[in-house]
Amino acid sequence: MPTFVYMTRCDGCGHCVDICPSDIMHIDTTYRRAYNIEPNMCWECYSCVKACPQNAIDVRGYADFAPLGHSVRVNRDEEKGTIAWKIKFRNGTEKNFLSPITTKPWGQAILQLADVPGPGKEMRDSQLLYNEPKYIRMDEGGLHTLESNGLKMKKGVYY
Amino acid sequence: MAYKTIIEDGIDVLVVGSGLGGSGAAWEARFWGQDKKIVIAEKANIDRSGAVAQGLYAINCYMGTRWGENNPEDHVRYARIDLMGLVREDLLFDMARHVDSTVHQFEEWGLPIMKNPETGAYLREGRWQIMIHGESYKPIVAEAAKKSADKVLNRICVTHLLMDDGKENRVAGAVGFNVRTGNYHVFKSKTVICGAGGASNIFKPRSVGEGSGRTWYAPWSSGSAYGLMIEAGAKMTQMENRIVLARFKDGYGPVGAYFLHLKTYTQNGLGEEYESKWFPELQKMVGKEYLDPEVSHLTHRPIPTCLRNHALINEVNAGRGPIHMVTMHAFQDPHLEEVGWENFLGMTVGQAVLWASTDVDPKNENPELTTSEPYVMGSHATGCGAWCSGPEDISPPEYFWGYNRMTSVAGLFGAGDAIGGTPHAFSSGSFTEGRLAAKAACNYIDDGKAEGIVVSEEQIDRRRTEIYKPLERYKIYRNAIVAGDVNPHYINPKQGLDRLQKLMDEYCGGVTVGYMTNEKLLHIGLKKLRIMEEDLEKIAANDIHELLRAWELKHRHRTAECVTQHTLFRKETRWPGYYYRGDAMKVDDENWHVLTVSRRDPKTAEYTMEKAPCYHLVDADE
Repeated sequence: MPTFVYMTRCDGCGHCVDICPSDIMHIDTTYRRAYNIEPNMCWECYSCVKACPQNAIDVRGYADFAPLGHSVRVNRDEEKGTIAWKIKFRNGTEKNFLSPITTKPWGQAILQLADVPGPGKEMRDSQLLYNEPKYIRMDEGGLHTLESNGLKMKKGVYY
Repeated sequence: MAYKTIIEDGIDVLVVGSGLGGSGAAWEARFWGQDKKIVIAEKANIDRSGAVAQGLYAINCYMGTRWGENNPEDHVRYARIDLMGLVREDLLFDMARHVDSTVHQFEEWGLPIMKNPETGAYLREGRWQIMIHGESYKPIVAEAAKKSADKVLNRICVTHLLMDDGKENRVAGAVGFNVRTGNYHVFKSKTVICGAGGASNIFKPRSVGEGSGRTWYAPWSSGSAYGLMIEAGAKMTQMENRIVLARFKDGYGPVGAYFLHLKTYTQNGLGEEYESKWFPELQKMVGKEYLDPEVSHLTHRPIPTCLRNHALINEVNAGRGPIHMVTMHAFQDPHLEEVGWENFLGMTVGQAVLWASTDVDPKNENPELTTSEPYVMGSHATGCGAWCSGPEDISPPEYFWGYNRMTSVAGLFGAGDAIGGTPHAFSSGSFTEGRLAAKAACNYIDDGKAEGIVVSEEQIDRRRTEIYKPLERYKIYRNAIVAGDVNPHYINPKQGLDRLQKLMDEYCGGVTVGYMTNEKLLHIGLKKLRIMEEDLEKIAANDIHELLRAWELKHRHRTAECVTQHTLFRKETRWPGYYYRGDAMKVDDENWHVLTVSRRDPKTAEYTMEKAPCYHLVDADE
């Protein structure tokens, strides 16, 4: 099945249950550990694999078309802001990749919009969104309109 | 049943489904409604929900006006030709003129966007795409939504929209159940922004077992955007315009970066270029206006994606498969090899798993491509969705009724997959549409349009009974049989999904029939869908998880019905390569250069179909 859980590593913490977008990671009532209850609704999105503090979850490719003997392991490190992948082919070939996942410290870069100066009536009646027009081009230019771009809407067959 | 009823009252903006569209709505709503009550109801966990849960390696919609790269109207023309002329150009222009401000905001929030080391501009994958390290794209965007919302309720499966009992055709909130506790949740709200998803798993997938989870679009995209809005009586548009994707075989790994950045290309099983030889015949079907390879070559006007699919499908049917992506040259460059792999690891890990398991190293072997089963959605390269008002400074009268991105139901707005006629929005465009909807929703409230909403106890109780019916059904009839799933009194959600996929495949142009259908087949399909609806009244769920699947299936079924109605209405083959009407194999601009609009009457369940004029952006002096 796409994701599976190693019996000896899982401690039943439920992080995977909490994060799975497909609601298919559940806790087995007998063993008190997680498992994939519906493999044919698993996207192999790795959300649960990345969230598991015990590295207890792995993926075995879809049985319809993926032969045994491979692995794609991941380590997502929020503190370092990186994600590391290790791919092992059936024939033993290995490939490793490392990418950034953010450029800012978590939780600090996004403003609370309740605290910024609110819009006035003029802005409300305009076509502008928050931080516009500045953020469109990061200069003093305005919002594109049909007039500014020399356009109009016309009914009919045009290509 | 012991489940509690939990009522959340006094909401101003309710966001149903917080993927990229819903998150954009929740975030922006706080600016325009600093004292308003903003609540998110999300089926999964907002940190990893929606189509971007897994991450993305590119943002496919960025104009780059800052760097002098494109203007909004250039993007409109691109979407127009890619969709064979039929898009909502007011909505597209509006999205395109705002989308860069969204992307610049993302960068400020910490999303790693790759840069061109020479110019300092964002690194282009193609004319519209920029490359990102987007593993945490969704967690970053979710953080913004969470900062703006008063409350985020995760694991709420919204089943229905609530309607005003005092005034016809006005929204009043939504109801659903908690997938963990089973409790019944009622959200009374002045406006609803529908950010729910498009539909995977409506048509029979190519894979047969576990692999049916490796859909191109996420398996949790259950067509709820359409199921919710159609049930509420909202008008829908272009629902026939399903999409078929040419992707790496079985894993459905994306090909964008491969074609555009790595400069890989396709060939048939004999190692030959195959596309161009299908174009002369195809040109007779669609006309020179839509397919002119010479002009495309000279002007870089793209050849519509469906037409390239058509060539691939026909080449395989002619016995010269498989189609290969020629990667062996590009992958000799270690940097390009890294990009190729990270592209999958960033957004389709399953493709990397598949290549590892089958020892396919694209450096040594050209991988296979194939065309997928059809998908119904409105944010990637196709435009199914609700018929929405555009902005007042752009939209002609037929496209404007007061509030940007408002559906034909008062107070009901949309973003992302929910909005029809706006293909090529992708992640950044969907977030932008959410922002536009949020501003309009706040204005709608401030203009006093949401005063005096009445929600009767009767409506709340009726929906409650309806929601839990599958659990009741199971309890009553389970013991009529010894064990197992075969029961003459009910079907379970998986059995229902299998039936839906089989009939849509065979009657509405799925993969096993070469994407072919016709009027007779569509009528049979509609009949089977109607009978299936009777069985959906008898669907059984043995626990809350199955109840979730039961409601997802009902949303998929309603979506499928609407798709079939639209496919029947449009008597032409507008998008060869996506589907074919065997009884009308040509593009017919004289009669069908229009947008199709449907409405299902919630009281009678009857569909009304109409044609809406197609407006295009042209030069002011034209």
